[in-house]
Amino acid sequence: MRPAIFSAILLLAGCRGRQNALDFASDQSSAIGDVWHLMLVVCGVMYLLMMLLLGWAIWRALKARAASHDARTAAPGVDRKWRAALAAWSALIVLGLFVLAGGSFLVDRRLARGEDPNALQVRITASEWWWQVEYLDPAPSHTIVTANELHLPVDRPTHVELRSNDVIHSFWVPNLNGKTDLIPGRSNFQTLTPRRTGRWRGQCAEFCGLEHARMAMDVTVHDAAGFAEWQAAQRALAKAPDTPRRTEGQHVFMTSTCASCHTIAGTDASGKVGPDLTHLASRHSLAAGALPLDAKTLAAWISQPHAEKPGTNMPATDLPPDRLGALVDYLMSLR
Amino acid sequence: MAACIALTLGGCEREKRDFTGPQPPGGPAPPLVGLQPGTPSPVPPDPRGARYENNAYHIGQGQNLFRWMNCNGCHANGGGDAGPALMDGEWRYGGDIDHIYASIDQGRPNGMPSFRGKIPPEQIWQLAAYVRSLSGNIRKDAVPSRSEGMSATPPLTRRESEPPKGGDPAPNQEPQR
Repeated sequence: MRPAIFSAILLLAGCRGRQNALDFASDQSSAIGDVWHLMLVVCGVMYLLMMLLLGWAIWRALKARAASHDARTAAPGVDRKWRAALAAWSALIVLGLFVLAGGSFLVDRRLARGEDPNALQVRITASEWWWQVEYLDPAPSHTIVTANELHLPVDRPTHVELRSNDVIHSFWVPNLNGKTDLIPGRSNFQTLTPRRTGRWRGQCAEFCGLEHARMAMDVTVHDAAGFAEWQAAQRALAKAPDTPRRTEGQHVFMTSTCASCHTIAGTDASGKVGPDLTHLASRHSLAAGALPLDAKTLAAWISQPHAEKPGTNMPATDLPPDRLGALVDYLMSLR
Repeated sequence: MAACIALTLGGCEREKRDFTGPQPPGGPAPPLVGLQPGTPSPVPPDPRGARYENNAYHIGQGQNLFRWMNCNGCHANGGGDAGPALMDGEWRYGGDIDHIYASIDQGRPNGMPSFRGKIPPEQIWQLAAYVRSLSGNIRKDAVPSRSEGMSATPPLTRRESEPPKGGDPAPNQEPQR
């Protein structure tokens, strides 16, 4: 009994929260929700009918045994009645399957609808084990590069191009759309049209290696004004260090191994291997959702990344405590 | 049956790695060959080299770093371009893993930059192990059987071995031995 209660609680816990395929927050997830409801109704009705008929058959058999009456020696004409019932049952199954196939086809067409010319263009590139998010714009100074977080405007379609740097990953924000694979050497596309503001969680949905489970994405849907504000903040270059300690931190960043892989816009650091850190401190989490972002976890992450996320490609950086402190102070000032 | 299990368990060593241990120190890099006055004295090989050379994980990481750190910008995929080829037996500054480590760490004349301080020593070792595998000098069970990116060369598991031949016959770099 106890395992049953435990699994019921676990299953019910899946029905709420930031990562939930039944909390439809966009046009696309609502469309998928329509198929889900259709399947629930069609399969539910068929299941109920089956159970009723099974119950009826058992009841009849018990009654027949009690009356020691053999059903096979029933009156002639009963056979024809059964044949008609069987044909009706088959017709019901075919009808149910047609309703499911038709509903699925219509929703598929809705999801594959052509690209909106006013759509926001975003390119997501997956690597082991993080996401790079680029907001494309014809004006190069308006492009935004960030990592592990996706910000979307409400009521406006966003056209997402999905690419991979190494192995096959899968992009999945259950509240907004279904899964789409990211395949090396080709681009896949997904459109997201959120209808509610809020914060959701995306997750890699295709096993991609050691840290597959800790490859999450923070998704925030803003109203139009909030999104414009976020865009303006992200387009700015990184804040220049304003205290001597932060200036030292910037010096540590530029002269140690950090700058070989990371970019901070407006400085000499322009590595393309790791996540862009221009506005690191404005993010909600560290290491693709693996850790909360604060000065303590950031220091731990820089000095011993493999203790926090074993297998990550970020190498450990051995810095004396004062230099590490200055570096963390500088990075946490990059809002 | 027991032999099968033993063989399978033996395979676990192939990708063995250390997640939390201390970083291997950079340490004194091995001296250059052919660039020091007099006859080079024999130097015992660095014991760290073997750890990286025989480990599939480190060679695989070296393969990624080769692209990430733009080694292929000059050396192409080992065939050489602005920089010398890495898949033949000619080694201007020595073809052992220690010597390759030293070349990456210190840089070399005519264009090879020094990566000391730019990437951690562990990654230099990983790069050196991968570079050594390009000329087929790494055990076949440790090298990656495919590359992550597109490649015009056959996989490293099918690479024939070209043992280092020592110094380069270029006139301005005459090895002193």
